[in-house]
Amino acid sequence: MSAVIGHEHDHDHDHAHGHEYHPGGLMRWVKTTNHKDIGTMYLWFSFVMFLTGGFMAMVIRAELFKPGMQIVNPEVFNQMTTLHGLIMVFGAIMPAFVGFANWLIPMQIGAPDMAFPRMNNWSFWLLPPAALLLIISLFVPGGAPGVGWTLYAPLTVQQGMGMDLTIFAVHILGMSSIMGSINIVTTILNLRAPGMTLMKMPLFVWTWLITAYLLIAVMPVFAGAVTMTLTDRHFGTHFFNAAGGGDPVLYQHIFWFFGHPEVYIIAIPAFGVVSQVIPAFSRKPLFGYTSMVYAVASIAILSFLVWAHHMYTTGLPVTAQLYYMYATMLIAVPTGVKVFNWVATMWKGSLTFETPMLFSLGFLFLFTIGGFSGLVLSIVPVDIQLQDTYYVVAHFHYVMVAGALFSAFAGIYFWLPKWTGHMYDETLGKVHFWLSFIFFNMIFFVQHFLGLAGMPRRVPDYAPQFTDFNMISSIGAFGFGLSQLLFLYVVIKTIRSHEPAPQKPWEGADSLEWTHLPTPAPYHSFVTPPTVK
Amino acid sequence: MIKTLFQKIGAGALTMLVPGMLWAQDRAKWNFQEPHTSVAREMYDLHTIVLVICVVICVGVFGAMVYSIVYHRKSIGHKAAHFHENTTVEILWTVIPIFILIGMALPATKSVLAMRDTSSPDMTIKVTGYQWKWGYEYLKGEGDLAGIADGVQLFSVLSTPREQIYGNEPKGENYLLEVDTPLVVPVGKKVRVLLTANDVIHAWWVPAFGVKQDAVPGFIRDSWFKVDKPGIYRGQCAELCGKEHGFMPIVVEVVEPAKFAEWAGKHKTAAAPVASTAAVAAAGGGDGKGTYEKVCSVCHASGVAGAPKFGDKVAWKPRIATGADALHNSALKGKNAMPPKGGMADLPDGDVVAAVDYMMKAAK
Amino acid sequence: MLSQSTSYYLPEPSHWPVVGSCALFLMTFGGVLWMNEVTAGPWVVFAGMLTLVYMMFGWFGTVIRESEGGKYNKQVDLSFRWSMSWFIFSEVMFFAAFFGALFYMRVLSVPGLGSGDTMEQLWPGFVAQWPVSGPGIEEKFTSMGAWGIPAINTLILLTSGVTVTWAHWALKKNNRTQLIAGLAVTVALGILFLTLQAYEYVHAYHELGLTLGMGAYGATFFMLTGFHGFHVTIGTIMLIVILGRSIAGHFTADHHFAFEGVSWYWHFVDVVWLLLFVLVYWL
Ligand code: HEA
Ligand code: HEA
Ligand code: HEC
Ligand code: CUA
Ligand SMILES: [Cu+2]
Repeated sequence: MSAVIGHEHDHDHDHAHGHEYHPGGLMRWVKTTNHKDIGTMYLWFSFVMFLTGGFMAMVIRAELFKPGMQIVNPEVFNQMTTLHGLIMVFGAIMPAFVGFANWLIPMQIGAPDMAFPRMNNWSFWLLPPAALLLIISLFVPGGAPGVGWTLYAPLTVQQGMGMDLTIFAVHILGMSSIMGSINIVTTILNLRAPGMTLMKMPLFVWTWLITAYLLIAVMPVFAGAVTMTLTDRHFGTHFFNAAGGGDPVLYQHIFWFFGHPEVYIIAIPAFGVVSQVIPAFSRKPLFGYTSMVYAVASIAILSFLVWAHHMYTTGLPVTAQLYYMYATMLIAVPTGVKVFNWVATMWKGSLTFETPMLFSLGFLFLFTIGGFSGLVLSIVPVDIQLQDTYYVVAHFHYVMVAGALFSAFAGIYFWLPKWTGHMYDETLGKVHFWLSFIFFNMIFFVQHFLGLAGMPRRVPDYAPQFTDFNMISSIGAFGFGLSQLLFLYVVIKTIRSHEPAPQKPWEGADSLEWTHLPTPAPYHSFVTPPTVK
Repeated sequence: MIKTLFQKIGAGALTMLVPGMLWAQDRAKWNFQEPHTSVAREMYDLHTIVLVICVVICVGVFGAMVYSIVYHRKSIGHKAAHFHENTTVEILWTVIPIFILIGMALPATKSVLAMRDTSSPDMTIKVTGYQWKWGYEYLKGEGDLAGIADGVQLFSVLSTPREQIYGNEPKGENYLLEVDTPLVVPVGKKVRVLLTANDVIHAWWVPAFGVKQDAVPGFIRDSWFKVDKPGIYRGQCAELCGKEHGFMPIVVEVVEPAKFAEWAGKHKTAAAPVASTAAVAAAGGGDGKGTYEKVCSVCHASGVAGAPKFGDKVAWKPRIATGADALHNSALKGKNAMPPKGGMADLPDGDVVAAVDYMMKAAK
Repeated sequence: MLSQSTSYYLPEPSHWPVVGSCALFLMTFGGVLWMNEVTAGPWVVFAGMLTLVYMMFGWFGTVIRESEGGKYNKQVDLSFRWSMSWFIFSEVMFFAAFFGALFYMRVLSVPGLGSGDTMEQLWPGFVAQWPVSGPGIEEKFTSMGAWGIPAINTLILLTSGVTVTWAHWALKKNNRTQLIAGLAVTVALGILFLTLQAYEYVHAYHELGLTLGMGAYGATFFMLTGFHGFHVTIGTIMLIVILGRSIAGHFTADHHFAFEGVSWYWHFVDVVWLLLFVLVYWL
């Protein structure tokens, strides 16, 4: 990789399109059909949702600081748990990566924009009404549903109208995801620049191709599950009621058929980001590109075949337990391939440790731990002890916060110069990383012990022997939360800064957005497609 | 630069080490509770094996990672190599994990099979989850337990006073893990439990027994345990079941068979027949419809808190099946979220009974 | 302008998506109010539906104008094809959820309720069979026979698949009369199908005692056929639009994605019906 190409970028947006219709002010954002504007909106939306969901986590952690009921009553606690899970998964993490997809896919494959810019706008603008429905549910009689993000029947049948709001929010979120994914798949399959063969695409694009496929396959299934809940609630059906020949466990099957692929929908784009960042800071090409692609594809396929590992305690037949255990364990193999490839990429590289790299290393380290705790959970007899305990909470925060969220941070620091045209403050970025890293472990590492020793999840109060670890966890949580305000500050400071960033601030970066486009990236990426190699 | 980095890594490692040091002090807090059945012991050992394997792999992976972080950094002048594939290693690190996984799966399979073998129990107990308490019914004893406790029924409700929960009193020793009437079983006997629920899914979990089984309304699931030591064992409901999910513990008292027989004998006679309310009904002749509309409809019209809806045949059917007396009784004395007399303590008994009859008729 | 057919068409900023979001918000929020017996509910839903119709006219109108204005080149056309295929795939998965529920109830939960400890302890005497409502439901119902209206409906839909293909051939040969005739017949068949199904529902409710509340059979029967009927309705509306456009002289022999998209959708609906016919009515 050659030395830094320090292009002095020119500030005027490309003249060829000066006569296009560009509404100003708020209307620019409302009506935009530009993938970068839409990507930006996705990212900001996701951050706002992250703060909202994070606030709910703070309520949870504050209540759990010590035994006894202090701050909220049990109903509100359950509502916080439910909304925290739903908002973080559907409001924060997924939109964040769709934001990345919007910004980067057209640039990385040499396309002018997304395949369907207007529909792209709709995919985004469906999110605010959905979020609104979720938030409104807090204020209706009966409050938000207190059933957990998994929305298990028949508890859902008992809830008030907040449940209906949540169901419709899920429908709208699903529409948004499906439209967004169709757009992404079509863009990748049909808008690649000449010479950009599938196997030359940056890995981030590959991960999104596969993620979008997963989304299109499972979001409709989730829609089906909540639709059945709705008709059970209001229209007299008995899908989840034994008196009518149904079964509450049927809900769980449908939910997890969606839910397990869903967790990889969260993880796979994160793999993509990390696969861009690690080679860039190792100044060495990604090790095992082809096997990376196949590994992601295998994870995606396997993810459809393992859903009942969330249901070991529901009383599955013993053969089903065994099958799901074997299939689930198998996922460790392709995931391991990815981990080994990342390490091999660093091996004998020429490493530097700017903030994006630090977050990627944090990802690598903590995601692997989270993966191993997943493996522990996949062993049926062990899971019998651990299911619905804080061990599970620890597991999935390792893969989702230290996995997905950290890699989103890595990606934001990595591409922020390209997006804004300004360099972020490296020192503050590093401080943000170290605070996040330390506080993260403080919150969630001890939760492994809580789970092992027998503290159930989704409880507002606990026996006194769990006090110390809960206190550590809560203090870590407040620290982690406050550290994220620093992140907000760093981003705003970067946007407001006057110091232009070079075209290619990272020596080892080699995808089209760095090599072929100025910084900040022009409004339309590739009006005439570049030729690749 | 390197130095500060090392300091940071050191600090990180220290936060991990401190727990390790405390481990020795108070082991119970860091790991599974002490197992007291063969199944729980297998779970314990299996977890240990898997954990050790995972830690070993972690050491390898993180070792390689840290090595290149330390020695392949640009700041010490390391130049990047340019390799980006190597079929041999790639095959190796695909195949070796498969073998490691097989190694884990084998013992796991063995304990799954043992865990699920509920055949030839010494006694069978039906466990029913309610919002929010546990109901136990001794169905059938075999061998020397035959008939000893058959038919004994009891309910087990959290006995921690609200004052302790809301911080108005100091918390007691078994805060949140104590009940008014524990389940009692004999030591050394294979006890099979049949689980079901009345309203939503609950899960019956006693860590020391290695039993966690969802109780699904409308279905029976089973599990078993054979405890090796008398004592008091505590667990909790492990499936979110509504607002009091955190407050429905399980306490099992495991006693010597002789003591068990004594206990069972006492409970068999104590199961007093439910006072008949027929007399009240006959005498009353209260205003059923009016009472329903004034009081009961608050909840029963829309089904608040799981109240059976007025006229909802499906919801009422199993209740009606328990008999008019039983329903009169629950309406007068209260049942779970259903307050006695619908919360109107000064309502004449006759009116309540008439309201029940009125509601039953509407659901027939 | 970007209208040269060499470059990929990028639409200008548009307000239609946001209008659509408002519509969906009103419809869902109103729906919740309605289901929870708040008086304003139906009105809010109605306002939402009007907004949605307004959005569809505006948005699709724009697309049609752009298409007829020659702005969509071959690459855009291919994008449409990809997207329609993926959309239909998502619809397949939606139906899969309900077929899955049907499978689960027939094969697992109903037999489970009628056997072993579950039957002995909780539902004594419940005999697992199919069709069945469930152990806790006393009312009786008669299930829907396959060889009456459903069989006729199968024929209708299969025929409509043929007529729409016939119209497609006509379009490719530039035979307008045949195109319009083919589409008109297809629309008529679609409407006939829906009429018969509506009749069947009335029959089920009034004479067979078969309602949504009839447990496993009732729920799966009405949800599967109901969602299918809903898709037929949408398909018919789309066919009507295509018919109108054909009459207005839209489409050319080699540029008519809208037509093909609708016909794909129609075939998809057709296939789902065949599955329904076999799995819900027949077996
Ligand atoms: C990003 C999201 C994400 C990811 C990636 C994963 C990854 C995995 N998860 Fe996790 N999981 C969740 C999110 C995620 N999970 C969530 C949200 C829940 C809870 C939902 C709820 O109930 O609310 C959950 C719950 C959950 C359960 C159910 C627990 C319970 O409720 O009882 C199980 C059980 O099997 C499980 C297993 C696994 C496994 C085996 C993996 C594997 O993919 C991990 C594979 C990775 C590795 C193993 C590490 C790297 C590998 C190597 C270095 C190779 C060498 C390794 C070996 C040879 C062993 N997960
Ligand atoms: C990717 C998704 C994601 C993310 C990012 C997080 C982030 C966090 N989660 Fe979450 N969590 C879930 C997904 C996620 N979680 C899911 C799916 C569940 C399961 C729900 C269920 O059981 O149904 C769950 C459940 C869950 C529980 C268990 C609740 C229970 O069982 O009752 C807990 C408890 O500690 C917890 C804590 C936290 C904390 C402390 C953070 C922190 O990382 C959050 C940090 C962020 C902020 C704090 C916001 C930023 C700062 C401010 C707004 C300023 C104000 C700050 C202060 C005053 C300090 N989470
Ligand atoms: C605060 C809400 C509330 C009010 C007011 C109320 N009920 Fe109930 N009722 C419930 C709930 C909740 C249940 C379900 C209890 C359960 O089975 O867990 C119930 C159950 C019942 C049952 C069935 C009990 C059984 O054994 O299955 C009867 C009978 C009944 N109520 C009668 C009445 C009558 C009569 C009144 C008025 C005098 C009344 N209720 C007022 C909430 C209420
Ligand atoms: Cu009962 Cu949780
Ligand atoms: Cu999973």
